[in-house]
Amino acid sequence: MNSARVKTFYYLMKLGREFELAAKEQYMQGNIAGFLHLDIGQEACSVGTMQAFDKGDVFTHYREHVLAIARGMDPKLIMAELFGKVTGVSKGKGGSMHLFEPKLDFYGGDAIVAGHLPIATGCAYARKIEGEMAGVFAIFGDGATNAGAFFESLNIAAAWKLPIIFFCENNYYAIGTRIGWVSPFEELYHKARHYMPSKRINGMDVCEVYEAVIKAKEHIEEGLGPYFIEAETYRYEGHSMSDNGKYRSEEEMEIFKSRDPIENLKKEALKLGIVEPEYFEETDKKVAKEIQEAIEFAANSPEPDLSELYEDVYCKECTNVIP
Amino acid sequence: MLYREALNRAIDESMAADKSVVILGEDVGRYGGSYRVSEGLFAKYGPKRVIDTPIAELSIVGNAIGMAIAGLRPIAEIMTVNFSLLAMDQIVNHAAKFRYMSGGKMTIPLTIRMPGGVSRQLAAQHSENYETMYSAVPGLIVLAASNATYAYHALKAAIFLNDPVVFLEHELLYPIDMEFKQIENFDPFKAEVVKEGEDLTILTYLKMRYDVLQAVPQIEKELGISVEVIDLNSLRPLDMKTISDSIKKTKRVALVEEDHKTGGYGAEVIARISEQLFYELDAPPLRIAGEDVPIPYNRKLELASIPTPDKIVSQILQWSRANGV
Repeated sequence: MNSARVKTFYYLMKLGREFELAAKEQYMQGNIAGFLHLDIGQEACSVGTMQAFDKGDVFTHYREHVLAIARGMDPKLIMAELFGKVTGVSKGKGGSMHLFEPKLDFYGGDAIVAGHLPIATGCAYARKIEGEMAGVFAIFGDGATNAGAFFESLNIAAAWKLPIIFFCENNYYAIGTRIGWVSPFEELYHKARHYMPSKRINGMDVCEVYEAVIKAKEHIEEGLGPYFIEAETYRYEGHSMSDNGKYRSEEEMEIFKSRDPIENLKKEALKLGIVEPEYFEETDKKVAKEIQEAIEFAANSPEPDLSELYEDVYCKECTNVIP
Repeated sequence: MLYREALNRAIDESMAADKSVVILGEDVGRYGGSYRVSEGLFAKYGPKRVIDTPIAELSIVGNAIGMAIAGLRPIAEIMTVNFSLLAMDQIVNHAAKFRYMSGGKMTIPLTIRMPGGVSRQLAAQHSENYETMYSAVPGLIVLAASNATYAYHALKAAIFLNDPVVFLEHELLYPIDMEFKQIENFDPFKAEVVKEGEDLTILTYLKMRYDVLQAVPQIEKELGISVEVIDLNSLRPLDMKTISDSIKKTKRVALVEEDHKTGGYGAEVIARISEQLFYELDAPPLRIAGEDVPIPYNRKLELASIPTPDKIVSQILQWSRANGV
């Protein structure tokens, strides 16, 4: 364990968790609407992956606030997007599920389950022929591994030896459907084994996630083709704010909460004496302040003007001719 | 020039001019394309830029979107328009919406070529017109190429546009030798007045253009009128200016399409005309369209399911009698 890295992990995971808790509260106050999918419990996956995969292109699904933060997106711009404000990262037109920032190579926020996987695969093709072996990172949930788009993507990525990491967050539930009810096995890395190296890891441990992605990155950069990681994880909340998650037992929840990525990282770091205790207190304060600022920024930002309605449907030259 | 040669030339010249242009699809490379549109390109540009894909339409378009995001200008070929339904999620939910839901940050310069229409006894799963579906999607551009000149210029324009374009071709046109003109400053969004006339405007597109032109001399003779024929070319955006100018002159309009009548593309065009030009019209608008049936295999039934020159003549004569035109 490297002290500086542990600090970064802790800070980003804490920032992510507090962001999500704040978003939940703002949703309940009526400042955020629509579908809101919280990442609470899964922060190790969001942070560990983005810290390891620091170059290349990222394609993600709709549970992506913390991933975006870990990629370097300003929490203010995300919160403003959740509030539907024009200052949001997608000008208030995308909302929680659609955070895009090409400057960060973050083509995130796809809300069609597995729909982003063929796109990520195509991007990996383009990068390969350009000789850009930093490649592509695609993250998705257990539910996506039952979709046709998933299998098409594994097949094509393997056939063409594309530089892409498929990262599956297996939290065992696709909304209320337990993965084992609809998949022949719950250890999903089996699905990729014939196509590419495929590993199952503890997704509640940020260091393990980080190391696994570093290894995967080396593999794709060497031109050896795609790599698959299944990370076992758990969401403490329901699928979205409209789901109370009560289909899961208290017992199961407690098992995973005892493996909490943030608390356990802190405990371990203190035990090893590699991070001073004050760091955590200071970081918690700093995070609280950042979140407060994000909420204030979002609350005080203007809504999009009505003239925005027809903006961004087409590029400028096409807009001129399209009524 | 053969229609398919015009398409080939547009792709070839675009690939020569810009290294970011790639094509992908089933059998587009080594095989040369199901309709020979990409013939010779594999040898010329190699496997990196002329990409043979598996039979997986969702991925053909999905991969192409990813390539576009990465900075390429992909041309995805869907072997026949029916198969595009497998890619519908990628076309509608992804390609068409990324720019908007990213607040203008994403650009998807993508051309999706789709041969379609009712060919010759290919039966229901290989004979179809889906322009009405794609034209209903904000974020897409839909062009319909009926002739070599338009096909060449519009395809080139589509490849270099920074938005997703659904580019419709008709399967019966590929081997036809057509007149070809090189045009400066070509506007792919403009309808073409194919033939000028004074008394009746017939709007059409794709292969029906030829059926209409075949029917026109008899209509003119029987009714003693002159007919104006307009090829719409661009279905989204629709060139209402050219349509409107014509109707203001002729005061009558008919639309001929191969698509099924219910919810067909013509329904939208006629609805717009009714809203915007109602008081210009001296007679109710007429729609001549395909029957509301899956396209049958048997040739007699197949011909009965779509407009033909004879049917166009008889339906216009009937409409004329009913409305005292």
